[in-house]
Amino acid sequence: MKRALKIYLEKPELAGILLLIVLMAFFEVRSNGIFLSYQNVRGVLGLLPEVGAVTTGFAMLMICGEFDLSVGSVFAIMPMSIALMLNAGVPFWPAFAVGVLICAIIGFLNAFITLRFDIPSFITTLGMLFMVRSLTIVMSGGFPPLLAVDKIPMGLFTDFIGGGLFRASFVWFVALVLVASAIMARTNFGNWISATGGFIEAARSMGIPVTRVKFTCFMMCSILAGLAGTVQVFRLKSPFPNLGETLELQAIAGSVIGGVALAGGVGTVSGAVVGALLIRVIDNGLVLSRIDANWFKFAIGALTVFAVVGNSWLRRTARRIKLEV
Amino acid sequence: MPTPIISIRGLHKWYSGVHALNGIDLDLEPGEPVGLVGDNGAGKSTLIKVLSGVELPDSGEIRVEGRLAALRSPKSAMRLGIETVYQYNSLVPNMSVARNLFIGREPLTFSLGGVGIMDQRKMREDSTRAIADVDLHLRSPDTLVGELSGGQRQGVAIARAMYFKSKVLILDEPTNHLSVRETSKVLGFVKGLAAQNVTAILISHNLHHVFVSCQRVVAMARGKIVLDKKIAETSIDEIVDVI
Repeated sequence: MKRALKIYLEKPELAGILLLIVLMAFFEVRSNGIFLSYQNVRGVLGLLPEVGAVTTGFAMLMICGEFDLSVGSVFAIMPMSIALMLNAGVPFWPAFAVGVLICAIIGFLNAFITLRFDIPSFITTLGMLFMVRSLTIVMSGGFPPLLAVDKIPMGLFTDFIGGGLFRASFVWFVALVLVASAIMARTNFGNWISATGGFIEAARSMGIPVTRVKFTCFMMCSILAGLAGTVQVFRLKSPFPNLGETLELQAIAGSVIGGVALAGGVGTVSGAVVGALLIRVIDNGLVLSRIDANWFKFAIGALTVFAVVGNSWLRRTARRIKLEV
Repeated sequence: MPTPIISIRGLHKWYSGVHALNGIDLDLEPGEPVGLVGDNGAGKSTLIKVLSGVELPDSGEIRVEGRLAALRSPKSAMRLGIETVYQYNSLVPNMSVARNLFIGREPLTFSLGGVGIMDQRKMREDSTRAIADVDLHLRSPDTLVGELSGGQRQGVAIARAMYFKSKVLILDEPTNHLSVRETSKVLGFVKGLAAQNVTAILISHNLHHVFVSCQRVVAMARGKIVLDKKIAETSIDEIVDVI
């Protein structure tokens, strides 16, 4: 019993799931049954893979002790460059590959500048946020270009599978979360990520290639943000240059709500995804409950603070429960 | 006389004008615990950094078991069987004992280019055994290191070095910030190393700790070795005089 309680308290994502169930029940009642209706669930599940993929990459980077404020801008630049290349006559897959490459380069630069000049990634990526956003707007000329929908294999991205509940993007997202969780929990690379963020001197003195670990996490975070933005644009069918603004703040909020520590070393991908889902549920639930949608940011803000205070309380309590020493 | 486990000849190291190591010659015998003492700035930390592969010497040579050794990184030192336990003990507090024990040297069931799936069962079983081997009793290898006391953490760090069959174990101020009881436990670990034919190098400010756990003492001052005697043939007063 005591052991079960301790295990429960040590896993903030379980508390998140509990909160998720409570909120879903609340919104279901408040919205007179619309919240869990087929159409609404279909809508929420369409947006989740996009925010969720950004949060997944963000959480892994945060666990290794770094930060990326540029995800929102990278979210916009990859679909923008793909759309422009398609319009210029480039076939889809080469354009897609170049889009991924652009994100990888941005991630590489984030890592290189941060580590080479030993400055906080908060600053590096804040600069990158502005620069990449500006590039995106300049590239587009300020207006969303047309998206050559007929050139895109939508079945692989955002079409509903068999016309049912799930889009193709949802399947990719589930696979991503499973793979990312397995990397963190079961591979030596996951061990290195936790060690690098947990205590970098120890990691270094045990011979872990901390620089390589950080480069990988930065680049993975940027690529996932770009892919997520691409999926969103394919769903909306229009590459807005201001797409994904303030998304970085949602990624931070989702991660910390799900139990990822701001200082690194602590957290799980599944926790961060639960955090992202909580944000989506609150956003959607408030609207359906006919509560003024401007309360959304208030709710997310309150939840973030509450979750972090709650998580550190859970962790302290778990630590105090000593089974036989 | 057996081949020295570590043999140092003419070691020099400068730090921006400071002659931190000024011609060190030193032979360490297998299984003989040595205390390395000296005031702050005497050069003992530099010597340890060179031996553990953190710093490169400017000149001089180091032989490990008679063979010329290039200690280019902590990893290359570890591969030659030289492990270091620091006062901050190089364990990650938010990770379990099992994961800490194998940090950077995880056993893999499958791997591609050095990255792969960890054999978690082996990690848990072997860490349980490794910890019991140094006479440390923990309830589970899944315990987070952050939940352990300072002395237990040093025990885990020593268990790690023992598990990887280290031949030389450098302990850099391992008893700093520890309670009296925890300190005597760590000194007990150090004494136990000789029985397993591991050469311990204990760096300490506390001469008393060196006298209870070592057989030989090396004192340094201004980058040189100023005294090198068996514990039985010297006294705390004599050492205090030279350092």
